[in-house]
Amino acid sequence: MEFGLSHEQQMVVDTVRSFVENELYPLEDEVERSGQVPRALGREIQDKVGELGFYAPNIPEEFGGGGLDSLTFTLLERELGRASMALSVFWGRPSNILCAGDAGQRERYLLPCVRGEKIDALAMSEPDAGSDIRAMKTFARRDGSDYVINGTKHFISHADVADFIITFVATGEEETPSGPKKRLTCFLIDRDTPGFDIRPGYNSVSHRGYHNNILIFDDCRVPASQLLGEEGSGFDLANTWLAATRLTVAATCTGRARRCFDLCVDWAANRRQFGQPIGRFQGISFKLADMITGIDAADWLTLAAAWRLDQELDANRQIAEAKLYASEMLARVTDEAIQIFGGMGLMDDLPIERFWRDARVERIWDGASEIQRHIIARDLLRPLGA
Amino acid sequence: MKILIPIKRVIDFNVRIRVKKDGSGVETANVKMSMNPFCEIAVEEAVRIKEAGKAEEIIAVAIGGRQCQDILRTALAMGADRAILIETDVEVQPLAIAKLLKATIEKESPGLAILGKQAIDGDNNQTGQMLSALLGWSQAAFASNIEFTDTGLEVTREVDGGLETIAIKLPAVVTTDLRLNEPRYVKLPNIMKARKKPLDVMTPQELGVDVAPSIDVLDIAEPPARAAGVKVADVNELVDKLRNEAKVI
Repeated sequence: MEFGLSHEQQMVVDTVRSFVENELYPLEDEVERSGQVPRALGREIQDKVGELGFYAPNIPEEFGGGGLDSLTFTLLERELGRASMALSVFWGRPSNILCAGDAGQRERYLLPCVRGEKIDALAMSEPDAGSDIRAMKTFARRDGSDYVINGTKHFISHADVADFIITFVATGEEETPSGPKKRLTCFLIDRDTPGFDIRPGYNSVSHRGYHNNILIFDDCRVPASQLLGEEGSGFDLANTWLAATRLTVAATCTGRARRCFDLCVDWAANRRQFGQPIGRFQGISFKLADMITGIDAADWLTLAAAWRLDQELDANRQIAEAKLYASEMLARVTDEAIQIFGGMGLMDDLPIERFWRDARVERIWDGASEIQRHIIARDLLRPLGA
Repeated sequence: MKILIPIKRVIDFNVRIRVKKDGSGVETANVKMSMNPFCEIAVEEAVRIKEAGKAEEIIAVAIGGRQCQDILRTALAMGADRAILIETDVEVQPLAIAKLLKATIEKESPGLAILGKQAIDGDNNQTGQMLSALLGWSQAAFASNIEFTDTGLEVTREVDGGLETIAIKLPAVVTTDLRLNEPRYVKLPNIMKARKKPLDVMTPQELGVDVAPSIDVLDIAEPPARAAGVKVADVNELVDKLRNEAKVI
């Protein structure tokens, strides 16, 4: 076993961290205050990352991306996770699923994303289809050589800045061992498609400035050339290409927890009460010990899952474990951070309350904790027929 | 022309330094190490000179343990062409470093050596000056600007009274001050290319240099804690204190 990073991996970590600290941290207060990132500022971040050759680091080199392996990309995500998501979203990491497109789709969507000319978003959730994704109601009806889409999606992250949306809709129903389920199909929907509207979403307590949107499809007509993969292949496509995105949640949680933790250690060493640093009290020092133990455990779970992806080993359960553990660890760490900082931890003069707020969504999106536990348990029991 | 850039691996500038309880040194266990920031500026300057077409090859040199390969790889990713590690476990002092660099320069024949003005660990601020004396080369320490002229270099130096501009002939030793440039972020493609660039390892013995320390360190101690400040009632009192107590105006 090898637990160390290569020189190259260490340089990636160092570069991303210093970029995040120098270029993104100084912008965070304004994002929190305004709840917005001006598009020109987003463009500036994209350009800086592009100059570094770090844009689209997850996409294979044959398509012009950085070609990082899963482990190195996960390290990059971990460091990016330190910063506000409203800002880090402009460090383009196009969805890998775009690699599944045909030559024309790669030309029109993947390559412009890699070049930073287009931004993608991904639409799955609906008001009546959250964890039960195959209950979705948005439906595409075949009409000649076109499809006509009707329905509503919500919670669609950064659709406001996206040029097109990778959209999963139902195109029929099929019998499964657990009853009838929707057959899913994936479409690439340009934002200016007639009958398609991207509306502002809800005000979320987490990730201010990183907006969620509501998508309305009202007789939205798209040609069959917008279909990603085969009709009805959406569920398999999602399983093949999107499982790894859960790992990015684990990685970003770990990075953010570490940033929060470092502030706690500093505070515990310098804040004095009863004539001594509060870190001298076991009430505080034991918290720090538990926090770093959780952070390290989440880190190793996450990196080990990424390593399995690189070895082409089955990693489904390990990714679920990492996502589950890291997101729940972040909740504990940020909650304890507020306890360590006391009243000041709740004030928006410090970023602690923000880490705490931002942490909450991590246990919900990209597969809620309950879904991750379901995946893990199913992996254990299904081979035994239970 | 070749440029030689000697670089040093030091405790990262973000780390709060802790002195060991027995006064034998500072705590380095579990501490992040990086390239000395002044050395990063030296690498950046060399890369800019090469990009401007005034140098053909940049050679990065580090002296120390095997771990120093990490800063050499960083220098290669920033734009150095090849690297040399002079491997030793001895804590090498400035004079020995200067002798090792002189021996390396005699092998490699660069026209310019750019060093950080000092390393942020020992803060000795000696190696560059010693190296130029040993080689008999021109010297420009604390550079905040370097221009190429027909006869050599015009270097702006940050000195106590302000800025001093001097003309020197090549070959030369230049040491960098903080404001010479802002080092670049390492680019991803260059990180990957750095892996394929040559990194040679040699020893002080091969260079015929005795690196045994000539200075014994007796004790290392924390600087005294700063006393609390004083509140003054008005500007007149402040001026009075500055003039008569602090004697700075």
